[in-house]
Amino acid sequence: MKRTLILTTALTAFGTMGSAADLTIMSWGGAYGTSQIEAYNKPFAEQTGKDIVMVDADNPATPIKAQVEAGNVTIDVADVEYSDAVRLCDEGLLEEIDTSALPAAPDGTAPEDDFIEGALTDCAVANIVWSTVYAYNSDVVEGEPTTMADFFDLEGFPGKRGMRKAAKANLEMALMADGVPAGEVYDMLETDEGVDRAFAKLDTIKDEIVWWEAGAQPPQLLADGEVTMSTAYNGRIFNAAVSENQPFEIVWDGQILDFDLFVIPKGAPNKELALDYIKFSTDTQRLADQAKWISYGPARKSSGALVGLYQDGKTEMASHMPTAEANLTNALVNDFEFWADRDTELSERFNAWLAQ
Amino acid sequence: MQADTTLLTTADGQPLKAALKSAASKAKRRAFYLVAPLLAFVLITFIFPIGQMLHQSVYNPDFTIHEDKGTKIQTPIMVNLQVWFRETEIGTVPDEAAFAALVSDLIQLRELRGQGEVGTRINYDVPGTRSLFTKSARRAAKLEAPFKEAVLDLDEDWADPELWQAMRTAASPYTMNFYLAALDMRRSETGEIVAVAENRQIRVKLFSRTLTLSIIITLTCFLLAFPIAHLLATLPLRYSNLLMILVLLPFWTSLLVRTTSWIVLLQSQGVLNDILVSLGIVGANGRVQLIYNEIGTVIAMTHILLPFMVLPLFSVMRTINPSYVRAARSLGATSWTAFRRIYLPQCVPGIGAGALLVFILAVGYYITPALVGGAKGTLISNEIAFHMTDSLNWSLAAALAALLLAGVLALYWLYDRLVGIDNLKLG
Repeated sequence: MKRTLILTTALTAFGTMGSAADLTIMSWGGAYGTSQIEAYNKPFAEQTGKDIVMVDADNPATPIKAQVEAGNVTIDVADVEYSDAVRLCDEGLLEEIDTSALPAAPDGTAPEDDFIEGALTDCAVANIVWSTVYAYNSDVVEGEPTTMADFFDLEGFPGKRGMRKAAKANLEMALMADGVPAGEVYDMLETDEGVDRAFAKLDTIKDEIVWWEAGAQPPQLLADGEVTMSTAYNGRIFNAAVSENQPFEIVWDGQILDFDLFVIPKGAPNKELALDYIKFSTDTQRLADQAKWISYGPARKSSGALVGLYQDGKTEMASHMPTAEANLTNALVNDFEFWADRDTELSERFNAWLAQ
Repeated sequence: MQADTTLLTTADGQPLKAALKSAASKAKRRAFYLVAPLLAFVLITFIFPIGQMLHQSVYNPDFTIHEDKGTKIQTPIMVNLQVWFRETEIGTVPDEAAFAALVSDLIQLRELRGQGEVGTRINYDVPGTRSLFTKSARRAAKLEAPFKEAVLDLDEDWADPELWQAMRTAASPYTMNFYLAALDMRRSETGEIVAVAENRQIRVKLFSRTLTLSIIITLTCFLLAFPIAHLLATLPLRYSNLLMILVLLPFWTSLLVRTTSWIVLLQSQGVLNDILVSLGIVGANGRVQLIYNEIGTVIAMTHILLPFMVLPLFSVMRTINPSYVRAARSLGATSWTAFRRIYLPQCVPGIGAGALLVFILAVGYYITPALVGGAKGTLISNEIAFHMTDSLNWSLAAALAALLLAGVLALYWLYDRLVGIDNLKLG
């Protein structure tokens, strides 16, 4: 009796230790997560016969340090933002990825030349270009906001505003709304006066702001009428507008472009397969396929020509991409080094400002 | 007579005293074996992690030891600089020797891929220096003497005295700096303790807000729970059982479900506001902000913590003999006097237990303020979580948690002095 008890206990312990999946991917969930499942995971699973599990997080970069330091890594591949990829790599928390092993473009162009500049780093491979924009609910807003300044104009466009509860992107947007050209934003934020100016601009709408944290929240807030305008990831708004017929409009002025990159945490349980997955999903065809599910631009130049229609079979994707020519007139590229350096300081100041 | 007792023996000839002693110690040992699993459990899951947390709050070796994440091999780093720091006094302007030491340390860092962690450690104290380390480490191998000129040529930020003071303090892994940071203070370039810039002060404010809100929540819990508990204790059994289920039902419901229900009820397009607007009490544009601020936190947390007040109160009130109050009334006391002088004092153990329980739970509450607190209703626990998961400054998180722990222990001590911990009655 005693023996069986010990045996069963041991068995249960082992049973829970071994995970069922062959590969665990951590990403951002929502429409973006779906696009990755459709464009990468399903075909990869079909080709290799492996089980792939997708886990959602508000920001997949945050669990990595905890897991690696505790020596209990459960994620094989994570999808992170640029500044996080650089920071985690510098701290030795990521496996290095040999970028020359990535597949070449169909015409034979080497991966180093095929990826957009900056899309490959020591430890990370970019898959998409996305952007933080602001969008409004055209059923509620009277008139037509066209500039970043309109987002901060409570008299012209009254109503609540949704913003991400973080310093990143908000400070840049505040400065652009205050008339700073996109090219000078980061130089200005390097100075105390610039930061003060950004916070002063945020102060003008502080009482009307509803803060969001997960990328799926802004479309919800807009649809509920809880806010009239909100900053958001452009793909989420596109999906709500096109596939759920929500009356949302994106304002591209002052958009902030960023990469999302695949990384492998140090000590990932299935490192080899993780590398295969990254090679597979960042080839020219897969990156182009993803655009069928969400309006994020592929990180390879050769994928651009292959981008076609949205999954509904009638919406032409090209003009909805953040990288479309017309959308780039006043766009800012996120400065990863600035944020890797200043994130702690500005987040603290942002939190203090919030609590005032 | 005395000689007789010392000679008392058991049947097998052993002295009685020794036999008793060995029997008692056997029983004691057996009792200890029974307790041992629990003791081990408490040690492993409670005492040990708390000790580790306290240690982390004063110990941060990121500047002195590099640990390879894969192989777990530890290598001492920044050794040359440490020698220079030992040989010079606080505030010494870095000379050629210091910069030469810096360069050789940076070269070693580059080989170990440790520049990011070292930079992050210094970045806690001097914001904006992280990339200074990563950039300089990348180019350190190419630098040539004189090093002072070469390094300053690379980036003139290396001349910053505050940076050198930060490196000097970080060079000893044991530091009180994280406690200073937890109290919105820092060390200046000369090593004095000064307050941080006003627009970055937040933690003291969060501590005091946590304290105030916890007191308010404890009070509202008490005011709401007292009549309920009294009713429970005095109603006939079949009614009071039903009422008890009503009290316990939310207790058994998922915390997240209860919290999100409050969001549905209280948000500005929510049920309560809709009712207020339809009744004409507030205008459609003047909807009341009941959530994402202190009010939301107080309402939701009062609701969630209410059973912790009701149950101890109820268990104490049930034991109070109603004839005491009747006796007081028959002796001429007004109902208020009888309540105040006879009933209330007998409830004190329950009130104390309930208040202490609710207060201590409220002080460390995390998920509810995170969901309904917005910007103004978040507590110190949310700041701790922020440093655990977002800024990844675990030493600071540990220092904040240690201060919170000290606060709760102080309160416990105060309670013991005022009411007496023996009077605590949980059920």
